[in-house]
Amino acid sequence: MSLENKKESKKTKKRNRLIFRSIILVVLIGATIFAIVSNSKADNSIYRAGDTAPDFQLKQVSHNNNLESVQLSDLKGKGVMLNFWGTWCKPCEAEMPYMETLYPEYHDKGIEILAVSLDNTELVINRFIDKHDLTFPVLHDTTGEIRDLYKVGPIPSTFFIGPDGKIKEVVNGALTLEKLERSLQNILPE
Amino acid sequence: MKQIKCDCGHVNPLGTVLCESCGKPIEENQHIDGNEGKKLLNMRYDGTARRSKTYTKSVVDRIWSFFSSVKVGVWLIVLALIASMIGTIFPQEMYIPANTPNRDPAVFYESQYGVLGLIYYQLGLHNLYSSWWYLLLIALIGVSLVICSLDRFVPLFRALRHQNPKKHQSFLSRQRLYSETESATDEELETVKKQLKKRRYNIKEKDGYLLAEKGRFSRWGPYVNHIGLIIILIAAILRSTPLFFMNEYVWVREGETEVLPGTNGEYYVENKDFIFETHDENDERFKDALSKEGMVASNYQTDVVVYKANRSIPGEEPELEPVVEDSIQMNKPLSFDGYDLIQSGYQLNEFSSMTFKIHETSDADEKSLGSFTVDLRNPQPEFDLGNGFKVVLDQFYPDYYLDDNGIPASETNFPRNPAFVFSVYSEDSEKPEVSFVGIGRNIDGTGENKYKLGIEDFEMHDVSGLTFKYDRSLPFFGIGAVIFMIGVIQGMYWQHRRIWIHKRKDGSLVMAAHTNKNWFGLKKDIETVTENTNIKMVEDQQELGEKDN
Repeated sequence: MSLENKKESKKTKKRNRLIFRSIILVVLIGATIFAIVSNSKADNSIYRAGDTAPDFQLKQVSHNNNLESVQLSDLKGKGVMLNFWGTWCKPCEAEMPYMETLYPEYHDKGIEILAVSLDNTELVINRFIDKHDLTFPVLHDTTGEIRDLYKVGPIPSTFFIGPDGKIKEVVNGALTLEKLERSLQNILPE
Repeated sequence: MKQIKCDCGHVNPLGTVLCESCGKPIEENQHIDGNEGKKLLNMRYDGTARRSKTYTKSVVDRIWSFFSSVKVGVWLIVLALIASMIGTIFPQEMYIPANTPNRDPAVFYESQYGVLGLIYYQLGLHNLYSSWWYLLLIALIGVSLVICSLDRFVPLFRALRHQNPKKHQSFLSRQRLYSETESATDEELETVKKQLKKRRYNIKEKDGYLLAEKGRFSRWGPYVNHIGLIIILIAAILRSTPLFFMNEYVWVREGETEVLPGTNGEYYVENKDFIFETHDENDERFKDALSKEGMVASNYQTDVVVYKANRSIPGEEPELEPVVEDSIQMNKPLSFDGYDLIQSGYQLNEFSSMTFKIHETSDADEKSLGSFTVDLRNPQPEFDLGNGFKVVLDQFYPDYYLDDNGIPASETNFPRNPAFVFSVYSEDSEKPEVSFVGIGRNIDGTGENKYKLGIEDFEMHDVSGLTFKYDRSLPFFGIGAVIFMIGVIQGMYWQHRRIWIHKRKDGSLVMAAHTNKNWFGLKKDIETVTENTNIKMVEDQQELGEKDN
């Protein structure tokens, strides 16, 4: 009897230990997974390919273009190249002629180029537009809100947005003509 | 299931080194604590069976026993250290300099560091500290910490709670402090007991065996300490989530309103005034120091208004509603709605407007023929001076420099060193005259200009750099640190002292003692309690052993 009791108590003891260990391990594994997942999420506050491009509306300031203001969601169905730039930024200036070269052809094919200037004054933007004869819409982010919205670090930074409103590609740094054309091909509407 | 039955009748779990009840060394397990061939017993964890070292049955048990090894824990720490070092060989992705031609990591590492850089990038080492495997390594250290602690705490706690005063002779004689007295009277034993109680020892007796114990509390110090560490680790995990931590920086010019980054455009801040003050050099207290050191700042302050924005879509002109209006000084941040706005940088003397006058180039007195003011924050393209003069602002360089090709350009977006190209239209000439004007520069476009432009006046403003952040994980770090400290104090300032006394039937008396630290204090205690008795003072067998060698 006492032997059986002992065996019984040992069995429960063993079972309890297993339960205890399993619970601790599950909690620890849970915490580990949470840490890794939440960390990869923190990175996602920067928009990546595959994310929906957040909507915004900005004033259009180029005197070569007739638009008053542009709202991104109005361009659904079109491919959008969203370029963040500044007149003082040399690599930005270097890629502007490429954009202008490809703009007429791809505009007809259903792509819009939106160049968001982070400059302080409209005057320098328009002098710049004259210098390079830019015809695509140039938007002016006066408070830096859209720059913050897209978590843009150093410029130039370019987002290629597909006709479905999803970001297809993010390019940090300057574009070459070939690279730009390939990226534009990528976001052509069907 | 194998168990070990001691001579005293107590059944010990497998892996026990010293019998749980009588303390007699269990023959076949002496290798575990390295007691073989030694005179003194290793009293680590009181010789209890650390289960993990013995049972490896189910998967759970196997995982458990893996992590319960201190060796594994140390290796995890070493691996984490090596990984952290590797992360510093080349800059991490976020630290790629902004002025590199191509910041795309796929290009940057190879172009900058060659093949090694390419390998570095392809292995994903450019984002090492947020990589899943690095985090996993850190998390495994946490797991090891928890399981190691539990696996040692539980058996130790049990062993110390169910102590049997009746100990085997071989347990007693192999303690570090030990003495045998040939004959001792009951009165002497009573005196010792009284003295021990006076010194706040807890006394347990059984069959002529006596155990006096104090300060067991000290043994929990390391485990309390580990709980503190685990809380700190959890806090660190929480801090990596945006829910608990945000840190942004924003530059705001006087008179301007900027969006506060990281709030999805919910808040805006206006810089009403930036104040930079220095210590008065005529102040008696600081006079000497200031004459040596020059100017010393006494105040950095920004007067701000924080607004809550209401707008249907980002980028739309928001409706701003003031939330707070206050002054931020260095080390005196403004707190609102759980956010902190901290004074952290400044830039003095940017130009906000410049006034120019026109005069004849040949006029030595530079008599003004008219003047105009350029608002550098929003310059007009044209100025009609009314008396036949019209000035067109052809180019504006807010931060003028000559680029690599010797062409005027602006280095930044900010009016720190403004320069202008003006076309001056006058009644007496068909063609405009071009002038280049900047700070300390006035260049005539053709060398034949009839009219010249001069800077008549200017206004300046300051820029304030504000850190915008919240850190909701700090209370957890605080709690963790306090618990850590309690654990350290617990283990440092208390000692677990145990004295075993056995008066044999023949009147002889055996005394042994053990402590986890401060052996001197324990000896002192024994000296005091055996005063005025014939009981022999304990001998330090470790010291004796060393002498023998």
